[in-house]
Amino acid sequence: MKIIVDLDKCQNYGQCTFEAPTVFALDNDGVLVYQTEADSALADDVNAAADVCPMQAITIIHD
Amino acid sequence: MTVVVVGAGLAGLRAAEAVRGHGLAVTVLGDERHLPYNRPPLSKAALRESATAADLAFRIRRDDLGWRLGQPVVGLDLYRREVLLADDTVPFDALIIATGIRPRVLPVPGPPPMVLRTVEDAEALRRALTPGRRLLIIGAGFIGCEVAATARAMGCAVTVCAADAEPMIRPLGEHLGAGLRRRHEQAGVEFHLGVGVSGYEPSGVTLSDGRTLTADVILSAVGSVPNTQWCAGNGLDLVDGVLTDNRLCAVRTTAAGEEGAEAPVLAVGDIARFPNPLFDEVPRRIEHWSMPTDTGRRAGAVIAALLAGQSPALDFRPLPSFWSDQYDATLQSFGMPALGVPTLASGSWDGDCIVEYHRDDVLVGVVGVNRTRELATYRPRIGSVSDASQPAAD
Ligand SMILES: Cc1cc2nc3c(=O)[nH]c(=O)nc-3n(C[C@H](O)[C@H](O)[C@H](O)COP(=O)(O)OP(=O)(O)OC[C@H]3O[C@@H](n4cnc5c(N)ncnc54)[C@H](O)[C@@H]3O)c2cc1C
Ligand code: SF4
Repeated sequence: MKIIVDLDKCQNYGQCTFEAPTVFALDNDGVLVYQTEADSALADDVNAAADVCPMQAITIIHD
Repeated sequence: MTVVVVGAGLAGLRAAEAVRGHGLAVTVLGDERHLPYNRPPLSKAALRESATAADLAFRIRRDDLGWRLGQPVVGLDLYRREVLLADDTVPFDALIIATGIRPRVLPVPGPPPMVLRTVEDAEALRRALTPGRRLLIIGAGFIGCEVAATARAMGCAVTVCAADAEPMIRPLGEHLGAGLRRRHEQAGVEFHLGVGVSGYEPSGVTLSDGRTLTADVILSAVGSVPNTQWCAGNGLDLVDGVLTDNRLCAVRTTAAGEEGAEAPVLAVGDIARFPNPLFDEVPRRIEHWSMPTDTGRRAGAVIAALLAGQSPALDFRPLPSFWSDQYDATLQSFGMPALGVPTLASGSWDGDCIVEYHRDDVLVGVVGVNRTRELATYRPRIGSVSDASQPAAD
């Protein structure tokens, strides 16, 4: 599963980090860092993260 | 088994996805012409730069949801298990009410001002806000304050008048409200607080103290009214939204009696008034963006359980969260600050800060201004964690 975050849209609210903490995190400056690939076992969490993103900035491409 | 969802906003969408995920057929009925779209940008980026409903559309997880858009639901017959359109009826085995709220209108004479709820409202307001025009905003809640900030960035002169003593005073308290007012004042916004509006004029308003304010554009942002009219006459408690229990099942004020009345009826999103044991047993409506997703998922699970003859646990304890962007300030909140007494935990009321809200030693909410990362550490501490093991009261 590939993960793309539109960083022009992302406002670093961090909502995604609560749903899928192994994939999304805020760095020390509060800026989003994320993995661009995730195991399909994490699909539920990553989908939930995309749901709760206030900017709807997260796109998931399933393999 | 068919589940009908009325209201095609975020809550209707998330509820429909959840219901379908449990293997049930679902149809969503909505009066707006658009598939569900994101409202928060309407007072922020989408007000500055034009955006269509398609630009703001939510990602929809499933392509097997039924949609009937562009037609309002005008009535409900719980006994017959039907919702009524102007020229048709739609039968259901279970119903989810997701019709949200509409802007409240002050009972004041004169030409009605603009409001902001839909993408069409935002487009009309955007067109009116050309540089140099004078915008008068009635109401100093979140939407009023966000529009004030956006309109300043668009080059408009902005005046805010409100009955409250400070902006956003009800959710945030006096000190943080005053701090945010000073941010707005530094950006050139003029405030008239503690005063009502007694008349709309073509070129401004008359205030309750007799003064007049002139403006080219007037926006009313004075709270909301739940869209429950279509549910009337079915024994539901519609005093403020749709009263539900912790399962989100609507509470019937008259004994159901008839067989037909036993179909599951749930409410989700801005319209649902439900008890959240994270805080207490008092049912409340929460107009935050996080609730549609939490309540939508919950509704799907509850309906699946009920239709399978099971009784869902009374363990729904969602943590409300809110954000707001004004100038360079990003406000974020977790919990229900309005329930508690504020104390400054770090920073200053006028600048970036974290404010804790306590009720009887329990942390009920936290608000941060430009403190996203630290705020996250508060999340697990919010609410009456200790009552998790106690049975929820009836
Ligand atoms: C301008 C603006 C800015 C906001 N900013 C923020 C923010 O920064 N942060 C935040 O947390 N929240 C914000 N919110 C609140 C957030 O958008 C709402 O909490 C959320 O939209 C609620 O979703 P909902 O599905 O319950 O209601 P809605 O999105 O209102 O959806 C209800 C739908 O039902 C339809 N409907 C109503 N009556 C009928 C009928 N009789 N028949 C058929 N359909 C009907 C409505 O037209 C609407 O499409 C903002 C809201 C607005 C308007
Ligand atoms: S939830 Fe969305 S806006 Fe917030 S950090 Fe994650 S991707 Fe960015």
